[in-house]
Amino acid sequence: MKILVCISKTPDTTAKVTFTVNNTKFAEEGVQWIINPYDEWYALVRAIELKESGIVSAIHLITLGNADCDPIIRKALALGGDEAIRINADSQDSFYIAAQIAAVAKEGNYDLVLTGKETIDYSGSAIGGMLAALLEWPFISHATHLTLENSQATLVKEIEGGEQTDQVQLPIVVSCQKGMAEQRIPNMKGIMGARTKTLTVREPVAADSFTSFVQFDLPAAKAGVKLVSADHPEELVRLLHEEAKVI
Amino acid sequence: MSVLIFLDQADGHIRKSSFEAACYGSQLAAQLGVPAETLVIGTVSDDLASLGQYGINTVHTITENSLNQADGQVFTQVIAELVRTINASVVVLSNNMLGKAIAPGLSVLLKAGLVSGAIDLPTTSNGFVVKKNVFGGKAFAHVGITTPLKIITLNPNSFPITKLEAKATVKPFVAIIPPSKVKVVSTKKVEGEVSLSEAEIVISGGRGLKGPENWGLVTDLAKVLGAATACSRPVADINWRPHHEHVGQTGLAIAPNLYVAIGISGAIQHLAGVNRSKTIVVINKDPEAPFFKSADYGIVGDAFEIMPKITEAVKKLKNK
Ligand SMILES: Cc1cc2nc3c(=O)[nH]c(=O)nc-3n(C[C@H](O)[C@H](O)[C@H](O)COP(=O)(O)OP(=O)(O)OC[C@H]3O[C@@H](n4cnc5c(N)ncnc54)[C@H](O)[C@@H]3O)c2cc1C
Repeated sequence: MKILVCISKTPDTTAKVTFTVNNTKFAEEGVQWIINPYDEWYALVRAIELKESGIVSAIHLITLGNADCDPIIRKALALGGDEAIRINADSQDSFYIAAQIAAVAKEGNYDLVLTGKETIDYSGSAIGGMLAALLEWPFISHATHLTLENSQATLVKEIEGGEQTDQVQLPIVVSCQKGMAEQRIPNMKGIMGARTKTLTVREPVAADSFTSFVQFDLPAAKAGVKLVSADHPEELVRLLHEEAKVI
Repeated sequence: MSVLIFLDQADGHIRKSSFEAACYGSQLAAQLGVPAETLVIGTVSDDLASLGQYGINTVHTITENSLNQADGQVFTQVIAELVRTINASVVVLSNNMLGKAIAPGLSVLLKAGLVSGAIDLPTTSNGFVVKKNVFGGKAFAHVGITTPLKIITLNPNSFPITKLEAKATVKPFVAIIPPSKVKVVSTKKVEGEVSLSEAEIVISGGRGLKGPENWGLVTDLAKVLGAATACSRPVADINWRPHHEHVGQTGLAIAPNLYVAIGISGAIQHLAGVNRSKTIVVINKDPEAPFFKSADYGIVGDAFEIMPKITEAVKKLKNK
């Protein structure tokens, strides 16, 4: 059984967010990049666990971006991917990205494609669902558990106000979130091994883009905190009622 | 041409986040000079004609019992069929669990650009540009949709619900229901709680509360305010509280009117999930806690002494 895991690079949460080119581009200079936590902690680590349990024979990773992505994809290989594919394109459009991944997934004979539930930079939550529609495979979104038995997957997913257990035949696309697996740290052996694992660079297939980022801006700074004395907590309640009008 | 709003229901009632989507969609329809239509799937006991008060002209219904349990992909195909039938130009959904499961597939089926997590009406004077939060609430992006048909998912708690006097026309829609590829084995409700993503007030506790036995400090206040409860990541990780209460970069992102953080330091990863809250209150004994920098109101002091007094004061206010 073969798994394809989608890996995206995102700025570290602590990164300073600024923009260039008349506020049309995220300023990447000096930014620390990480693997999108949902892709890493949940999708990739669950794939590794399934391989360790003997059910899965190979984990392939896919990312889209220029050569700047290579350190991130090597880190993912160090955690446990077997080989990686980088689509040599730069895009922020979910449909374009999903179309690229779908082209690879189609010819690669995968049984399972895993994504994170969203990226922490643009929070699109779109790649998994689009990919499933393009492949005409079932899509399980916001999954917290995944087990495989022969060609059947059992999944638990979050629904509004609760959770749902589903059974579905492979191949499927799953978007993963907290609960799927626990965070791991790559070890020295993994890091050394990752250097020699195959990283294939492929040119993109022709695909449309449906959206474009027109401009970015920053929220207005907060006015500053209004402190209330610990001796008069009831004053806070009065302020919330009369001034902020939220209770 | 029209704006079609998909309304999500639970136990036969339209969700609050769907009323927000209805108001958003009908105001967008007015802006574009087209009617606002909605789709309700499954058996709903609410009076659907009364959706007119949110500016809706027509309510399409598919009262199939088998669709009370949602399979996103079946919904996607049914919505796509209605979009084609009524020739809708914009589809609006709530950016909740179901909306996130449906909208991307719909984008592919209809070749329609999707912006997820909108926080304001689009500007339509020059193109079609939708505003959303990016970088964990640290910035806004204005995203243009370049396809003729457009899909928007609206973040919960981002658009006010307003009402007017009007009735909507309710019409059954006869759809071809495709078979579901997913077998639902069971569903489990998180009992008796206010939905965290839809809640207007959220009371949240961190490691400063020392242990699960002290959570009355959080839940007592939540109860008198009709609020949802949340927690920081370590609190969920050490099982003081259930995982679904975890907010932040790796948990749920919320935007209530009021967020009260008790014994939470305010790490940037925590803020990423709550900084869109309209009013933030921080109770922390450490005056240097980073959370105070992002707060609107705060008390420096011991939560164990302060919280019971706050709860008492709120009770008094409510009894007035
Ligand atoms: C990649 C990554 C992702 C993460 N994602 C998240 C996330 O999604 N959500 C999240 O919350 N965290 C997340 N974290 C963890 C985050 O960095 C913090 O460690 C965490 O939020 C701290 O939780 P806390 O504030 O409850 O605990 P602490 O940092 O231990 O803070 C406890 C606070 O309680 C105060 N306190 C103690 N006693 C009292 C008292 N009696 N009365 C009042 N105040 C008191 C203290 O002054 C202190 O400020 C993430 C971290 C990483 C690295």
